[in-house]
Amino acid sequence: MNDSKIPSWVNIIVLPLINIMFAFAFAAGIFIAVDVNPIEAAGVMVRGALGYQEGIGYTLYYATNFIFTGLAVAVAFSAGLFNIGGEGQAYMGGLGVGLACLALDSTLPFWALLPITMLASMLFGALFALIPAYLQAYRGSHIVITTIMFNFIASALMVYLLVNVLKLEGQMAPVSRVFEDSAGLPMFHEMTQWFGISFSQSPMNLSFFIALICCVLVWALLWRTRWGYAIRAMGASPSAAEYGGINYKKLIIVVMLISGALSGMMGLNEVQGYSQQLKLDFVAGYGFTGIAVCLIGRSHPIGIILASLLFGVLYQGGAELSFDYPNIDREMIQVVQALVVLFSGALALMLVKPAEKLFVFLDQKKKPLNGVKAEA
Amino acid sequence: MFESIILILDATLRVSAPLILAALAGLFSERSGIVNIALEGKMLSSAFAAAAMAAVTGSVWLGLLAGIGISVLLALIHGFASITHRGDQIVSGVAINMLAVGLTVTLGRFWFGLGGQTPALTDSSRFTAITLPGAEAVADVPVFGQFYSQLFSGHNFLVYLSLFAVPVCYWVIYKTRFGLRLRAAGENPHAVDTAGISVAWIRYRALIISGILAGIAGAYLSTAHSAGFVPNMSAGKGFIALAALIFGKWKPVPVLFGCLLFGFLDAIAIRLQGVELPLVGEIPVQAIEVLPYILTVLLLAGFIGRAVGPKAIGQPYVKSR
Repeated sequence: MNDSKIPSWVNIIVLPLINIMFAFAFAAGIFIAVDVNPIEAAGVMVRGALGYQEGIGYTLYYATNFIFTGLAVAVAFSAGLFNIGGEGQAYMGGLGVGLACLALDSTLPFWALLPITMLASMLFGALFALIPAYLQAYRGSHIVITTIMFNFIASALMVYLLVNVLKLEGQMAPVSRVFEDSAGLPMFHEMTQWFGISFSQSPMNLSFFIALICCVLVWALLWRTRWGYAIRAMGASPSAAEYGGINYKKLIIVVMLISGALSGMMGLNEVQGYSQQLKLDFVAGYGFTGIAVCLIGRSHPIGIILASLLFGVLYQGGAELSFDYPNIDREMIQVVQALVVLFSGALALMLVKPAEKLFVFLDQKKKPLNGVKAEA
Repeated sequence: MFESIILILDATLRVSAPLILAALAGLFSERSGIVNIALEGKMLSSAFAAAAMAAVTGSVWLGLLAGIGISVLLALIHGFASITHRGDQIVSGVAINMLAVGLTVTLGRFWFGLGGQTPALTDSSRFTAITLPGAEAVADVPVFGQFYSQLFSGHNFLVYLSLFAVPVCYWVIYKTRFGLRLRAAGENPHAVDTAGISVAWIRYRALIISGILAGIAGAYLSTAHSAGFVPNMSAGKGFIALAALIFGKWKPVPVLFGCLLFGFLDAIAIRLQGVELPLVGEIPVQAIEVLPYILTVLLLAGFIGRAVGPKAIGQPYVKSR
């Protein structure tokens, strides 16, 4: 939109913020509907998420998942591809991590295991995204529909593996064995101890920093390389990109491989960092939250970090909230999340027209003034 | 053997009914050019609303009405975002699905305090089996009698409604002026606009019809198939319906067969659980459960036939100035 009548700072910062405010206002309405004072609730959430060390640890642990899945959606989105298969790709990535740990945890210490599990998570996630990518690029099937179907395929595969293959003999729960202690990623409170600082125990672990590194890498890829330029060119206008000599089929494949790899790395945080065993449903909707994170973060790594922190606060604060209020549970946070997706994603353009009118109006008011000045 | 075939087909019909209704719901919106991945959320919300209303009032008909109402409301939100404000149809669909999962449990817990479930519905607040006329009389007639009395008789009202809906939808889509315009809006909205007809209004009406059908499908889950709402009870059925819609290439009769096929697979998966088959051994349930998804992927990729959707699907219509 080059002929936009709105200054870019309004378009990039003010309108999205107003959209989020709308989402929060509606969420507040729902809080009131279930007899919870939204202002008090917001206070409890912020205190629960940021007010003490353990809370902060949890917030950042959740944020880690969102950074990975948010980046994954963003990379694909930059190329104009809507990857809603993050859920399945993260599931597969976690499977890769789990299999690597199960095979090697008794022989390797974590620092030797980490490169292998990282590679496994990326490989499994990427390969699971490769098939929809190939089908989109070469067979013309739509990536959205294929990735939806692949989410279900991933979850069925996981149930099959856990129930029939990885489950321990004589055990009812469909979970794999717990990895050796040596295989787990260093927890944040352990890491601070290396420097003699004590920090409360939380599931926050090394993968938070891996996620931050990924943000830098994605930023460098998208804005500092030829490929990144090609990706963004394709996102802006596929036909122009093709005319400009970009092989879009190959690019679809590359972009989806990167996107799948990023989703897959979520498995590091959940499987190797937190639960240290393979379980059902460890992705728990984080793949879908990635969509919200990407939309609020406007597909930019810095935006994604900020949006991930916001959702980290919502998740951890929400958990805290459910202790204090019997009417509230994790699902309430999903409502907030859904409203955010609705207002800052689907209704993103809602305020553009009124804003345009406003600025045209302001312009007209200014012009006669300028005319007067020029005469004088 | 014959007996168990009848039983499987009977179960197929029961499992397919909500798929048929939801797939027809998708048919209307997608034929008008609006991608409808929100089917899942609409079904789930409607299932909750129907069960909640039926539990409170004791009337299954009020329940059905409440289910349809909430589903239409969601359809209007979908339309408001993707038609009026030209937002991304998929993003708004995702939002509606998330909203449904969260709201149903939150409100359910608040209203009933049963961990998100609604109270169990008794027979008067449910859709119960209807015995077709003469079913008792012909039950002993070989083959025909069994087909009629066991397979066709003894379903609830909504099963018959879902079967009845297929020819009606066919008629509306292909034989009415509204249907013609609806199809045109999904193929070439500019032509519709040029003819002086509002694309937006056509699409809104398509979404409202879609909401009504998805609402009935949802109400079926909680008030006919089960006796009450449990969290996340649609469990991917909205997406299976979407798969059946693609499988039936966006045409009512093939869509019906797509739904029956997927329903049949579901019915078989339950019966095959733990059964050793000759030659292949025991087939994991999950393998049969994912077949609809895999088949859809293969179909979309053109490996088995070709599924080409309406041309203008997914694109917001911008009136050229």
